[in-house]
Amino acid sequence: MATAAAHHEEHPGGLTRWLFTTNHKDIGTLYLWFAFIMFFVGGAMAMVIRAELFQPGMQMVEPHFFNQMTTVHALVMIFGGVMPAFVGLANWQIPMMIGAPDMALPRMNNWSFWLLPPAATLLIMSLFMPGGGPAAGWTIYPPLSTQGGMGMDFAILTIHMLGFSSILGSMNIIATILNMRAPGMTLMKMPLFVWTWLITAFLLLAAIPVLAGAVTMLLTDRHFGTSFFDAAGGGDPVMFQHVFWFFGHPEVYILVLPAFGVFSQIIPTFARKPLFGYSSMVFATATIAFLSFIVWAHHMYTVGMPMAGELFFMYSTMLIAVPTGVKVFNWIATMWRGSMTFETPMLYAIAGVFLFTIGGLSGLMLAITPADFQYHDTYFVVAHFHYVIFAGSVLALMGAAYFWLPKWTGHMYNERLGKLHFWLTTISFNVTFFPQHFLGLAGMPRRIPDYALQFTEFNQISSIGAFVLGLSQLLFLYIVVQTIKGGKQATDRVWEGAEGLEWTVPSPAPYHTFATAPQVK
Amino acid sequence: MLKSCVINLKHILYRLFSGMGMSLVPGLAFAEYGLNFQRPVTAIAHELLWLHNAILIICVAILVIVFSFMFYAIIMHRKGRGHQAAKFHDNTTLEIVWTVIPFVILVVMAVPSTATLLKMDDTSNPDMTVQIVGYQWKWKYEYPEQDLSFFSALTTPREQIENQADKGENYLLEVDNPMVLPVGKKIRFVLTANDVLHAWWVPQLGVKKDAIPGYINEMWTQIDEPGTYRGQCAELCGKDHGFMPIVVEAVSEEEFAKWASVQKAKMVAAETRAAKTWSRDELMERGEQIYKQACVACHGATGAGIPGVFPAITGSKISTGPVAAHLDIVLNGKAGTAMQAFKGQLNDADLAAVVTYERNALGNKKGDLVQPAEVKALR
Ligand code: HEM
Ligand SMILES: [Cu+2]
Ligand SMILES: [Cu+2]
Repeated sequence: MATAAAHHEEHPGGLTRWLFTTNHKDIGTLYLWFAFIMFFVGGAMAMVIRAELFQPGMQMVEPHFFNQMTTVHALVMIFGGVMPAFVGLANWQIPMMIGAPDMALPRMNNWSFWLLPPAATLLIMSLFMPGGGPAAGWTIYPPLSTQGGMGMDFAILTIHMLGFSSILGSMNIIATILNMRAPGMTLMKMPLFVWTWLITAFLLLAAIPVLAGAVTMLLTDRHFGTSFFDAAGGGDPVMFQHVFWFFGHPEVYILVLPAFGVFSQIIPTFARKPLFGYSSMVFATATIAFLSFIVWAHHMYTVGMPMAGELFFMYSTMLIAVPTGVKVFNWIATMWRGSMTFETPMLYAIAGVFLFTIGGLSGLMLAITPADFQYHDTYFVVAHFHYVIFAGSVLALMGAAYFWLPKWTGHMYNERLGKLHFWLTTISFNVTFFPQHFLGLAGMPRRIPDYALQFTEFNQISSIGAFVLGLSQLLFLYIVVQTIKGGKQATDRVWEGAEGLEWTVPSPAPYHTFATAPQVK
Repeated sequence: MLKSCVINLKHILYRLFSGMGMSLVPGLAFAEYGLNFQRPVTAIAHELLWLHNAILIICVAILVIVFSFMFYAIIMHRKGRGHQAAKFHDNTTLEIVWTVIPFVILVVMAVPSTATLLKMDDTSNPDMTVQIVGYQWKWKYEYPEQDLSFFSALTTPREQIENQADKGENYLLEVDNPMVLPVGKKIRFVLTANDVLHAWWVPQLGVKKDAIPGYINEMWTQIDEPGTYRGQCAELCGKDHGFMPIVVEAVSEEEFAKWASVQKAKMVAAETRAAKTWSRDELMERGEQIYKQACVACHGATGAGIPGVFPAITGSKISTGPVAAHLDIVLNGKAGTAMQAFKGQLNDADLAAVVTYERNALGNKKGDLVQPAEVKALR
């Protein structure tokens, strides 16, 4: 393989390499660096939020700016951080995992990526417009989102561009997986990461246009005299919430299904034992994807739906716990009676599964409609979604980075620093978000810049945790850069228990891999 | 910062440990420890606490049982101990078992949940009705049977919020006019909003519902014991969302009747006062009060507003132009913006006073006076 690829190694250097590249590895790298930068931008905003909430009283910022921070933090993290990071992983890994030479639509791939930087710039720019950035929460509920300055219009345009990029990216991923598998690589032989991405891509195709429709109606309400969501003009503000969450709930699974895929790659590798229940994993993923379209109104229990609606959405939401449970049980059964070692990627996968399950269980509590009347719009919800998104998706991303960095760079990362980063991250994550459960139960609403005195202690713990969590990520950056620059030469297999096509190519993976398709038995 | 950290550490440890002991006995008063729901004072809130504790215990039990397997494997099945990997990777029986058991647990959880939900939904046969209207950023309470209507807004002084004064015990949870309710009566709330979404939430009563413009939502409560119960707006409603608390005072039936008649008398007195002709000083003094209560949140203490979001009063076209246009925007608001119609919120005298104030203070010097009669003519 190495010799076949060697003379393909030449490519333009400098900036044009990155601007015009159609190579899946280059584009994967671009996505990953873009996401990394966005994590730091969104993280800085989180630091502003936690600094303001360190003590009761207003110290750092104005309430209006605080609202911009919560809004833009969420948009940046979701659309700029987690989603592009997983697309980056998909770009790097899917062709190598299925034995394809590249993505199916390389030029479109280039465009999908290059839509992102202008979109992100637009969103950050909005903060400097008169009236500031969007301040209505990432859910941009009207009528609040029809008030206010042009920051909201910037955000709407940003969402359109990012959505466009996601749709193109998903089409590419679907086309690649369905058409470019190596001979012998049947669907039911694909690595689970490929499966979860295939399903995620379909979720994206179905969900993103719905969001685009919702924000377009918002835009025309704001500027062109329509009243889709304005009760005074015969419109309906609650309709926006239905449309938004019809997108929004699948969206949360878009954020987490690829992470499930990552766990399913890492855990068997370090347990030295095949994934338990492969076909039930595929089936559970598909079930979750289907259910995710019929649970949306669990975000809206307090809007005053008819009883039949409240009950339907309670029952359907509770049902999601079943396939989610199946996945967790399968991961644990994979570890059971394995021969486990605990390199950094495995630590991340284990912590990710455990902490994600805490978030899944608080999700189950939130699904209970009457109880949700007490939880809704409190810090309990904030704790829930950070346990699923940070512990589920972001820990998976970090684990994936350590898992595949040796393949990407040809160097082993520094294991001691990796472990240090792991412990710093997971401990400070829990210090930050566990107390938020208590805050919510005790009655602290979310999205407030200042709070009553009885909430002081837990907010202080949370803020201290957050500062440590934020700073620890500089260590991550250092480790990544150090690994790119040098380090112990990685073997092709990298990990003793590694299985799959990506481990058969040299480390670092050459610019072109699988120019001739491998035969999968 | 550091000093307050250290002091707080003591409180934190105390809370954690005393709280852990308490949480083994669900249903006890947790409020002091801030780890669980506030102490319930209605039958529904009691049920919600019970339901919450029950599902919490089930979830914790599931977590502990499931992950004890994982931690057992992590300790025993490691390569470092020389454990050889087994080869199995499938077991249909197991897959069926761990699909069916969670399903059964869910059904068990769904039964009491459905029962409580149905109870919460039953707003029939109330003893009394109170209408709640959300405004940016205050609440309006109307008692149709008592013919009362008033606004309820935050009273925490700005100096406390800006850390220039010590914070009081009920910091951010105190209002000028609390909602007063009789104990032991079934009270139906009818909710709507004037501008954007809000949500009315008092944890100890176990009620939360969105207030939505163009919608009328319903919920009910029946309070068991007299007391003061505090809550907050729970739906992001803009800049001062964190500053629109709710205070409910539950009193005996006699005290409620007394309160209602005093309140009514106050309203009548204010109306007669409003009918007379006011002097310049009276208008300016009253106008300043009203400005600080109704306008300052957006237009700012100096009248500068927030550029791009809330327009300035100082030197603005409207407050230095014709009186009629000025009165019009204050009375009727401006559609599609945060500027609300104040004609339903303020009486003629207050409107006249605040418009006079805006034209002759905050850097403006128009010199003209507006009398309540002029406002009345425009209604
Ligand atoms: C067993 C699985 C889950 C269940 C039953 C569940 C249930 C819920 C419910 C009922 C809410 C609404 C709470 C409220 O606003 O009152 C909620 C909020 C949320 N969940 Fe989950 N959830 C689950 C898993 C996930 C996952 C996997 C993610 C993301 C990766 C996620 C992300 C979120 C987010 C972001 C919100 C808050 C949205 C907002 O209002 O800003 N959840 N969840
Ligand atoms: Cu959801
Ligand atoms: Cu609010």
